[in-house]
Amino acid sequence: MGAEGIGAAVRRKEDFRFLTGRGNYTDDINRPGQTHAYFLRSQVAHATIGKIDTSKAAKAPGVVAIFTGADFAADGKGGLPCGWLVKNKDGSPMQEPPHPVLAQGKVRHVGDPIAVVIAETREQAKDAAELIDVQLTELPVVGTMADAVKPGAAKIHDGGNVCYDWHIGDKDACEAAFKKAFKVAKLDLVNNRLIPNAMEPRAAIGDFDRATGEYTLYTTSQNPHVIRLLMGAFVLQIPESRLRVVAPDVGGGFGSKIFHYAEEATVTWASAKVGRPIKWTCDRAESFMSDAHGRDHVSHAEMAMDKDGKFLALRVKTDANMGAYLSTFAPAVPTYLYATLLAGVYTTPVVYAEVRALFTNTVPVDAYRGAGRPEATFLLERLVDNCAAEMGMDRVEIRKRNFIPSDAFPYQTPVALQYDSGDYQATLASALKISDWAGFEARRAEAKKRGKLRGIGISTYLEACGIAPSAVVGSLGARAGLYECANIRVHPTGSVTVFTGCHSHGQGHETTYAQLVADRLGISIDQIEVSHGDTNKIPFGMGTYGSRSLAVGGTAIVKALDKIVDKAKKIAAHLLEASPADIELKDGKFVVAGTDKAKAFGEISLAAYVPHNYPIDTVEPGLEETAFYDPKNFTFPGGCHICEVEIDPDTGVTKVVKFTAVDDVGRVVNPMIVEGQVHGGLAQGIGQALLETCVYDGNGQLRSGSYMDYTMPRADDLPSFDVATQSTLCTHNPLGVKGVGEVGAIGSPPAVINAVVDALRETGVRHIDMPATPAKIWALLNSGRRAAAE
Amino acid sequence: MYDFAYHKPASVADAVKLLGADGEAKPLAGGQTLIPTLKQRLARPTAVVDLGAIKDLAGISVAGGKVTIGAMTKHADVAASADVKKALPALAALAGGIGDPAVRHRGTIGGSIANNDPAADYPAACLALGATIKTNKREIAADDFFRGMFETALDAGELIVSVSFPVAEKAAYMKFDQPASRYALVGVFVAKTAGGVRVAVTGAAASVFRWKEAEAALSKSFAAASLDGVKASASGLNSDIHGSAEYRAHLIGVMAKRAVAAA
Repeated sequence: MGAEGIGAAVRRKEDFRFLTGRGNYTDDINRPGQTHAYFLRSQVAHATIGKIDTSKAAKAPGVVAIFTGADFAADGKGGLPCGWLVKNKDGSPMQEPPHPVLAQGKVRHVGDPIAVVIAETREQAKDAAELIDVQLTELPVVGTMADAVKPGAAKIHDGGNVCYDWHIGDKDACEAAFKKAFKVAKLDLVNNRLIPNAMEPRAAIGDFDRATGEYTLYTTSQNPHVIRLLMGAFVLQIPESRLRVVAPDVGGGFGSKIFHYAEEATVTWASAKVGRPIKWTCDRAESFMSDAHGRDHVSHAEMAMDKDGKFLALRVKTDANMGAYLSTFAPAVPTYLYATLLAGVYTTPVVYAEVRALFTNTVPVDAYRGAGRPEATFLLERLVDNCAAEMGMDRVEIRKRNFIPSDAFPYQTPVALQYDSGDYQATLASALKISDWAGFEARRAEAKKRGKLRGIGISTYLEACGIAPSAVVGSLGARAGLYECANIRVHPTGSVTVFTGCHSHGQGHETTYAQLVADRLGISIDQIEVSHGDTNKIPFGMGTYGSRSLAVGGTAIVKALDKIVDKAKKIAAHLLEASPADIELKDGKFVVAGTDKAKAFGEISLAAYVPHNYPIDTVEPGLEETAFYDPKNFTFPGGCHICEVEIDPDTGVTKVVKFTAVDDVGRVVNPMIVEGQVHGGLAQGIGQALLETCVYDGNGQLRSGSYMDYTMPRADDLPSFDVATQSTLCTHNPLGVKGVGEVGAIGSPPAVINAVVDALRETGVRHIDMPATPAKIWALLNSGRRAAAE
Repeated sequence: MYDFAYHKPASVADAVKLLGADGEAKPLAGGQTLIPTLKQRLARPTAVVDLGAIKDLAGISVAGGKVTIGAMTKHADVAASADVKKALPALAALAGGIGDPAVRHRGTIGGSIANNDPAADYPAACLALGATIKTNKREIAADDFFRGMFETALDAGELIVSVSFPVAEKAAYMKFDQPASRYALVGVFVAKTAGGVRVAVTGAAASVFRWKEAEAALSKSFAAASLDGVKASASGLNSDIHGSAEYRAHLIGVMAKRAVAAA
């Protein structure tokens, strides 16, 4: 490790521009002649659309054009595509209903876009939108998953309200194992629906160039190439060669900016229609009803155990809410990113899971930080606590007894995944020590003297990320490969630009990737720029999600560096009159092994571009290489989170007083960035556990439709975290890295809820659904007290 | 927001004249509710009469056992006032707990009580301390001022000039935050004054109200234990995704006890 190489906690290169307000976000971009779009959205959750009269609005001041779904259809343009096909139990494909860019015939959720007004200013577009007369005939609303499957329920789509009914695992073996069970632990639970709330709301600018026939879309995306592919090929039929997608600085995504959204397609298409650029910037209230939401599962789980508390089999039934339409990756989240994780860190030999995906008259639901893995982890780690209670065993002991041993890797689970490495006893031991688990009862007793109920909770979790081996996900229904691409351009005087398909929107790629290059080439990170987010600059890329940027994108960089070094050695060998096999790269110099003959990296790059003395017969001039890397497997970060809470029984308020996270994220490139990623993930995980929840009423109206009612975690809701890493190396990528973006949000919610239940245990409470709000805890305590009194 | 005319009069008389001439005009007294309402297009006034330039309306004085605060005095100024902290520390603390720093540096006491948001803090102080609200026309006792949700005794075009709070022997305000907005889910102001013990509750119902049972109990002995067994009724209280009426009723008791203990 050099001072700036792998393992160094260097400060983030990008922070200067962010902290001094010099970031360049989509809304900061203004194109000459730009117009503004405003979307008229449905105020009702389910209705048929009659006549849409735009005549008055069209005459309003500043209006340039108004378009509806009919205009889009008349132009022969498509709907928003879904990127993943999941099959039913009988092998038939899922129901994949059309997802019009602008509503056609029906509106299916509050916020469904009906029309777009293009005007000289945003205010004029808004004014005009109020003059559009839409005849809506309201239909019965399917507000919840329970409503969706009621006999006689209104059909949201022609094929009904079931998207798919899928399963994984060996059902017969599972039934047989339950028959042999000594004891069975059961649990009903809800994984609460969340609204992502990136700091920067979405925005998009469509800019059609009449001179060249080229389209440019500036958008708040985690993966501009994916948007180019989906929008170009499936929605607007624009060849990639004439479609440029730029995702400049993006203020957080958390999954919600993976997906291809209606507004992107609309402004791109409409900019050609009106012959002017069109900007759309979402306001916060609008984002609540137009960004894809996350989670929203209702599950029943059962674990069969033998007399020693060893897990024999796990049986899970889950209903997952898709919302009104299928968002880009929605079908994969409650299946391949969820049920395949249900073995967790345990040797459970049989797992059988059934998942029904249902349509409701709500905003589409898709991947949100962790995507499926938090849902699996919450279910499993809550159930394991119930297993301990059922067996009368210690919560730590039952986990230890069921851990996959550290010498059992590679380990094949009963639900498709093969884990490459891990040491769950080690992360557990470290977390127990850091959290002073052993000293907890004294802290509980001390809290009791102050009238507080103190509890401790643990979660020993595992996740699968670094998505993904293309052939594997292809066999599971993915309609895309999930490799990554890197292009490394060494400039004549030895500075380097790295072009990556992994967009950075808070993760610090501009620093971490530079460290990979600095480590390998022995040059300073000041000499290295990382470029991302522009399809005209970067060959291709699948983007940033699923904690894949280092394991997949970083490996692509390593592969491209291999090629650079290989070529540079040939040039060096020529200059040093040696054999390429004898050239070593050391501390930024190419050295003839065993001699003091050397050429600096800058001398080699200059020779490559000024090839006067050059092996021109065998080596091309120039020093630029591209690599595509398709991972061999997922990566499997895991670890142990321990949470301590204090509950005020008078008010039901829970305070997280201590939180320990020990994560195995593989090799750590920048410990400061890793710690920051864990902090952010923990904030969102604790937010889900205690604060955040999306609430719809029976009419499909969003009751938590703003920050007045949707509780985001704030700094004073969170303790100072104790964060550590305890790593084993990934065995199938050259860096040994696993990924860190999601671990905080995956591992923490069950640790928090297990702590809350532990605090309330003596009052008879056995479970509480997230978020454990003061009102909910008070109601539980109160019913407990009443029960005790009776 | 929709278009509106904007006026910035320099005197109360001019402001009253502007408001009197146009029934659809709205006074702007900090704008912490009005501006978001305008931005969301939930209100469409013909004109906004900004009271920010009327110098007489801002200021704090303590005299004759009373703290008098000009209607356009900002929450941050009340919170920071050495005079208020000395004479009525509970009022300074309440002002320092309204919203966030940005709100406290724009929002005013007159704006707050004229708006009478069911979850606003100042109405609880007014009612518990038995404040007098002085307008351009008259003086109104707090007991007569708060009429219902967003409703007050103010006539159309009538402006609050100042609010006078009698100094209390003991007083404290305890607020239980609604988790998302951090407005009061329940806020209880208790005061022991020359006029007796008064307990005002905000956040829990359509409008601020006095909890008479608690007042009776505390009148016998101003101690938290006096409220043991005194239960607020859940009847008529708000119920929403953050808490049932029963929970709010329970919190009234908890916050009242904590306020008495802190007073």
